[in-house]
Amino acid sequence: MKKRTVVILIILLILLVAVPMIVLGGKAEFSGSDGQAEELIMEADPDYEPWFSPVMERIFPDGIPSELESLFFCLQAAIGSGIVCFAIGYMVARSKYKKEA
Amino acid sequence: MKKYLKIKYIPVFVLLLVFAAGLPSGAMHIMEGFLQPVYCIAWGVVCVPFIVLGIRSIKKIIDRDRKTIMLIAMCAAFAFVLSSFKIPSVTGSCSHPTGVGLGAIFFGPMATSVFGLIVLLFQAILLAHGGITTLGANVFSMAIAGPIVSYAVFRLVKKLNGNAYVGVFLAAALGDLVTYCVTSIQLGIAYPSGGFLAATAKFLAVFAVTQIPLAIAEGIVTVLIYNLVVKYGKEEIKSLDVIYGKKSDKQGES
Repeated sequence: MKKRTVVILIILLILLVAVPMIVLGGKAEFSGSDGQAEELIMEADPDYEPWFSPVMERIFPDGIPSELESLFFCLQAAIGSGIVCFAIGYMVARSKYKKEA
Repeated sequence: MKKYLKIKYIPVFVLLLVFAAGLPSGAMHIMEGFLQPVYCIAWGVVCVPFIVLGIRSIKKIIDRDRKTIMLIAMCAAFAFVLSSFKIPSVTGSCSHPTGVGLGAIFFGPMATSVFGLIVLLFQAILLAHGGITTLGANVFSMAIAGPIVSYAVFRLVKKLNGNAYVGVFLAAALGDLVTYCVTSIQLGIAYPSGGFLAATAKFLAVFAVTQIPLAIAEGIVTVLIYNLVVKYGKEEIKSLDVIYGKKSDKQGES
């Protein structure tokens, strides 16, 4: 792939995420789509009682503290990207030094 | 020998890290306790053969060429990162990509079902996202149905001699979209108020519409990563018949 294509794709990617945020900012809640599905279920079957609660909510019955939740999210992203970047760095360096050798 | 040992530890490392951190995001899988027990069990049973075949398939891929271990770890980690991105969408709600398209393209849908299972399991336990009881249904939509579609689309584009990047983009984007469509159908079956079709349509309106821009984003990210892997990871992918067709089987064994 040409460098230009890569740059265009990255710009597109940023626009895809940024545009809805800017256009709808302040007007939308940006809640999770599964929360909306939950409302739909409650509409469809108002008597439905979830028969099992998430493991973490048993430790934190009042809801997972938002600071801890963001910690978990960060960790997930950091670890995932760490591994992905390690692999890419490894491969890029190998092909670079192979050529020189 | 030392080098060999190090490489060998990577998957273990990934698993440990995933365990420590695999938490995630809040937007999309079927919520804990929101699927009646009979459906939980049914979807769970459907998933078992895929997971068993997936573990076998990963073993086979590693046996054939140990160099693929790093790529396997990378594909699993990719699904991890992507499912931690809760991204705002045109509908004013957030959802996240699945990241399983990359694994499906390189390793096929069976192996990818194991990656998805790991991601979903830890999301369910640690982030209250998805759930243990709904694991079967979520594994089916994200780790089985999505990757099968991704794989089929990629193979189809290859067969038609289409551009590989277009194939990767369509595979990842459609796999992502299908995941949410399957989730909608699963909920439609479980809550058929006003009929199965009407109920499915309602859930589709929530999940699938939100997901369209995210599917496109996932397609683009997957293309970018795929580009890097085929450019720099020739040694890792040369034994993968998904990319080069069957003849590479022999290369891998030799």
